[in-house]
Amino acid sequence: MARNKETLLLLLDVGPSMHSVLPEVEKVCSLLAEKKLIYSKYDEVGVILFGTEDTKNELTKEVGGYQNVVVLRDTKVVDGDLVEALQQLPRGTRDGDFLDAIIVGMDILIKKFGETDKKKKRICLITNALCPIKDSFEGTKEDQVITIAEQLAKHGMGMESIVVRGRLAGDANKRIMEENDVLLNIFSQKTCAKLVYVESPTSLFGALRTRNISPVTIFRGDLELSSKMKIKVWVYKKTSEEKFPTLKKYSDKAPPTDKFATHEVKVDYEYRSVEDTSKVVPPEGRIKGYRYGPQVVPIAPSEWDAVKFKPEKSVKLLGFTDAKNILRHYYMKDVNVFIADPGNTRAILAVSALARAMKEKNKVAIVRCVWRNGQGSVVVGVLTPNVSDKDNTPDSFYFNVLPFAEDVREFQFPSFNNFPASWQPNEQQQEAADNLVKMLDLAPSGKEEALQPNFTPNPVLERFYRYLELKSKHPDAAVPPLDETLKKMTEPDPEVLSQNKSVIDAFRRNFELKENPKLKKSTRRFLQEKPSGLKEGEGCGDIAAQPVDSIKDTSVVKVENIGNLTPVQDFENMMSCRDGPEWIGKAIKDMKKRIFDLVEDSFEGDNYPKALECLVALRKGCILEQEPKHFNDFLHHLCKFCQKNNLNCFCEFLASKELTLISKTEAIDSEVTDDEARNFLVKSEPKTV
Amino acid sequence: MELDPDDVFRDDEEDADNEFYREKEATKTLLVYLVDASPKMFSTSCPSGDQKDETHFQIAVSCISQSLKTQIINRSYDEVAICFFNTREKRNLQELNGVFIFNVAEREYLDRPTARLIKEFDCIEERFMKEIGSQNGIISGTRENSLYNALWVAQALLRKGSAKTADKRILLFTNEDDPFGNIKGATKIDMTRTTLQRAKDAQDLGISIELLPLSQPDEEFNVSLFFADLIGLEGDDLAQFLPLVGEKLVDMKDQLRKRMFTKRIVRKIAFSIANGLSIELNTYALIRPTIPGAITWLDSVSNCPLKAERSFICSDTGALVQEPLKRYQPYKNENIKISVEELSEIKRISTGQLRLLGFKPLSCLKDYHNLRPSTFIFPSDEEVFGSTCIFIALHRSMLRLERFAVAFYGSSSHPQLVALIAQFIFLNSVHDALAEPRWKDAMIEEMTHYQFPENSQKEIISHGGQVEPPGMHMIYLPYSEDIRHVEELYSDSNGAAPKATDDQIEKATALMKRIDLKDFSVCQFSNPALQRHYAVLQALALEEPDIPETIDETLPDEEGMAKPGVVSAVEEFKLSVYGDNYDEEKELVGNGKASEASKKRKAIADNAVKESANYDWDDLADNGKLKDLTVVELKYYLTAHSLPVAGKKEALISRILTHMGK
Repeated sequence: MARNKETLLLLLDVGPSMHSVLPEVEKVCSLLAEKKLIYSKYDEVGVILFGTEDTKNELTKEVGGYQNVVVLRDTKVVDGDLVEALQQLPRGTRDGDFLDAIIVGMDILIKKFGETDKKKKRICLITNALCPIKDSFEGTKEDQVITIAEQLAKHGMGMESIVVRGRLAGDANKRIMEENDVLLNIFSQKTCAKLVYVESPTSLFGALRTRNISPVTIFRGDLELSSKMKIKVWVYKKTSEEKFPTLKKYSDKAPPTDKFATHEVKVDYEYRSVEDTSKVVPPEGRIKGYRYGPQVVPIAPSEWDAVKFKPEKSVKLLGFTDAKNILRHYYMKDVNVFIADPGNTRAILAVSALARAMKEKNKVAIVRCVWRNGQGSVVVGVLTPNVSDKDNTPDSFYFNVLPFAEDVREFQFPSFNNFPASWQPNEQQQEAADNLVKMLDLAPSGKEEALQPNFTPNPVLERFYRYLELKSKHPDAAVPPLDETLKKMTEPDPEVLSQNKSVIDAFRRNFELKENPKLKKSTRRFLQEKPSGLKEGEGCGDIAAQPVDSIKDTSVVKVENIGNLTPVQDFENMMSCRDGPEWIGKAIKDMKKRIFDLVEDSFEGDNYPKALECLVALRKGCILEQEPKHFNDFLHHLCKFCQKNNLNCFCEFLASKELTLISKTEAIDSEVTDDEARNFLVKSEPKTV
Repeated sequence: MELDPDDVFRDDEEDADNEFYREKEATKTLLVYLVDASPKMFSTSCPSGDQKDETHFQIAVSCISQSLKTQIINRSYDEVAICFFNTREKRNLQELNGVFIFNVAEREYLDRPTARLIKEFDCIEERFMKEIGSQNGIISGTRENSLYNALWVAQALLRKGSAKTADKRILLFTNEDDPFGNIKGATKIDMTRTTLQRAKDAQDLGISIELLPLSQPDEEFNVSLFFADLIGLEGDDLAQFLPLVGEKLVDMKDQLRKRMFTKRIVRKIAFSIANGLSIELNTYALIRPTIPGAITWLDSVSNCPLKAERSFICSDTGALVQEPLKRYQPYKNENIKISVEELSEIKRISTGQLRLLGFKPLSCLKDYHNLRPSTFIFPSDEEVFGSTCIFIALHRSMLRLERFAVAFYGSSSHPQLVALIAQFIFLNSVHDALAEPRWKDAMIEEMTHYQFPENSQKEIISHGGQVEPPGMHMIYLPYSEDIRHVEELYSDSNGAAPKATDDQIEKATALMKRIDLKDFSVCQFSNPALQRHYAVLQALALEEPDIPETIDETLPDEEGMAKPGVVSAVEEFKLSVYGDNYDEEKELVGNGKASEASKKRKAIADNAVKESANYDWDDLADNGKLKDLTVVELKYYLTAHSLPVAGKKEALISRILTHMGK
């Protein structure tokens, strides 16, 4: 862990022109700090602000100048204070000079580590680069930048610049902007610096790498074109899912006084014979059995090793084929990248030549790979060219795993032409669809492509880390709603929708949806349910507000079943269904069944509150419909059932919530007096205790 | 298929169980192979792959044998019966003439396939004439009707299990297109009528009858003579019924393979397009990695299955606890407790819907935008009329405009951005020269004569090749966290990275032309590891003495690579990029960039070889003196012989001894 320790300096532009995006900067930087607290808690982070009113840095004391640059936090190990500091960045008042900030940052790192220390050092600059940088005393600005870049490279400092532009930049001086762009570009050419431009809050959120994973090769060796010609390559993962963290199980068994309690839960597996469950079989008494039809074949590991498939480590070319033979949906897994051995110029050339030839002729290569010795399987995959458009980045290949014959299931589907004419779109409808596909454009020319995977962060992870931070301060905090910025990924952008309102309306007008009347099934799925994290009436607001012939509308009325999710609403909907008396009977019947299920399936009473809700609703319904007998009989029945099945706690729960039978005063048909009603549950209790 | 609305909110993990469950219960298949064993099946032959003639009977038997082997691996809960008709002997429940059910011990007539069934069925040919015998069952003058009997027997076998939970099928193999051809007059009409009625009765009971006709080399199987009525082919379907199957063994096997799997909906989802307009879709898993089945732990002495029991133990007190509902995450020197409900609340950021966000040109979908196998989506009008129409319209527009849709798929376990790619019917032939890969103009989505009505009774046979169904594929997109920027890692800070020259690219192009896989199809390779796994298992289950060799189809075509044209193209390319005197090792040293780690590793190995030479290992081993050496010394030997150096001292010693063969 300590080996990969990283020192990171955040250089944040807080000048006036940045104020509109600072909330996003705060979020993404605090997310970075929160992740560091978990995954690399020995990393050091410093924060430097520029564009501030004040000036506070060592260089200004030593040599003067470097105005409006504040070292907000000295470089030290990440802690909770850092998260808090990043969550509330001060707003600056001056135009920031990013070059000053870079020099201050570099100075801090050099002073801290000297020239020799090879630890990982990274500078991360977030700015809109709209303000002019000061003229230098000697040479041009370009010269100055080149000198700085050389220094950065010499000290092994990485640099990442995120430049906020487009809609977020507002009005800006074109000339200054271009000049700054040229300067920033020098960094990316002269050092291993990354430069990205973002135009939307979502992509700003996704642009900063919040967790650093040191890449590890999964293969180093030859790409064998034939037995005569080999190319030295290194294979890395290109995509790999950042998983939701696996939390440990918590045990509350330790006495609260025990300060050193770990609260861990160990999971233990015991193997018992099916026939004689008292006998525990130790690991050495077990053997693996493999299914073959109804039979289970025992095979010892040594036996298995002797006969199993043992391919040799290698990556072999099978041949080239037209790119169109490999359909996109065949890609099976996360993606790898093949890079020529970085120290081997001729290998780089060979990869480059192949990649460029493949791209030109629209071909792909099929390869067979065994990454490690002793690996029990082979993969067949496709290499597609990744021709670099940057001068200093070598060409490479992307590698995707292809399916084997066994992995493909050939289900047969009817051709669309075989569908009845009523299912075929007519000309007008087709035109409406064409317009929708054309106009609902996420990659308009001249603008940033929206929702690019490269700049789209995982909203679930963001929510988790934010919640974790929140909980560390307020242990009882509820799960916060989904971040407003990230909601753009889960719902269509209102801006795009409103721009294309006419196209969407035309589409809607042209197509008609009808619920299948014959189907006696709940269509609740088509209801628009509010996802958690959305405040009522917000979010999908304007979309949901104007249903024309939406299914949603009809289905509210047409609830024909009481489901698990919203039994009370379903019940009420059914009860209010006035188009037939049979609905009331059905509603009551279904509701009873649902309550039974809830009580029966309850685990340590977790369903009881819901069951109570249902009972209350049923009771209300029965009073309204003057059907007290239904409810009273059912409650009797339910209590009996509970007593029989050791579910007394449910009766107690009901008693404690003062649920009673329906009495004569409430419904004239009832045969139960007020007293009886009140005493019903209280009475049944002592009997069973 | 019934589907609980809550399904939409279910976790993928749970879903896996669920799928398995359904596989076993709801969509169990009961299958009767009905094989014509008339003399004509034995007398007609056609050339098979390796120039040897095979009779139709052999073809049918070998097809069934192969599909049994597939079935026992993939769908071992399905039940099968193998039934011959036009036989001399009879064996069936109703004691009907001319019908013989093949079976082995410890198995009912219709039951799950066992290793023994497969083994004995493999040698059926040798025993067939002696034990079962071939004899025409429909003879003029008698009123015997073996086809009628066969259908009746099959129907009786399929009485088992309810039609709701089981898919019941009869697969009929025959080369006789006119079974009552030699019968005249009223008898013929009568027999035809009763047989058709029998088939209809079976179909009314939910049994589907499928025909796998075998054509004579010189005469095509004429389905309209009799069987069209039997299997219920009409009008256009009849005209499209291609009785080509069976001319080649591979085609037949291919057909059978395709029919083994019944289509299964993974889930139903709502696709919300705009303004509350949402249509109904079904999702299907067309491509999923097949893995060897789960292992079962057995008692090594009795071979009895063992049951795993999981228990939770509190580390602090050692007490046995119930699975706790709280989880924790260490954070800032504290354990932050989060309940299971809170965790699922965090993950629930959207409803289970698929929500359209917009469209992008296909070029925006990069090759590295992938994480998991794709899912196929197809519209359904079952609950909402009009869904299919909207889907078709969007599908056509997306194809024509070369765009894909970006949508958010809010499943509860993996809420994710997805790309929806429109797919037109695409035929990709594996081994049939007749059907070269044909690409259609995107506007005309499909070839009219390849059509696949959903109703399996009216299924139309196409020969050879693999078919891409029309619909859309859902590709799961990575998030920014999931993408790594490795290429940039090796950006050269001193300016330009080497790029190939035009000449080098030209040589590479020439090489590419030489090693071109025409008609490459993704499913042309079997997974060699899986093949091996099951070959071993099969051999052990059947107690065969030898484990059959399996062929690794994924190895490069050495023969093709050795062709002079290829070799010279490789040479030219090599010369062009590597130059005359290319020495890989030297290249590394010359560049002075050999990785530090590998240099160090080499140094250690060299040192170990040197040190190792100082010991008389044989002597030490023979006298049991190895244990007197230090671990460091032992490691000299191991490193020098490139053996693993991990483990305790005893492990090292035993490894050395094993290596020395002592």
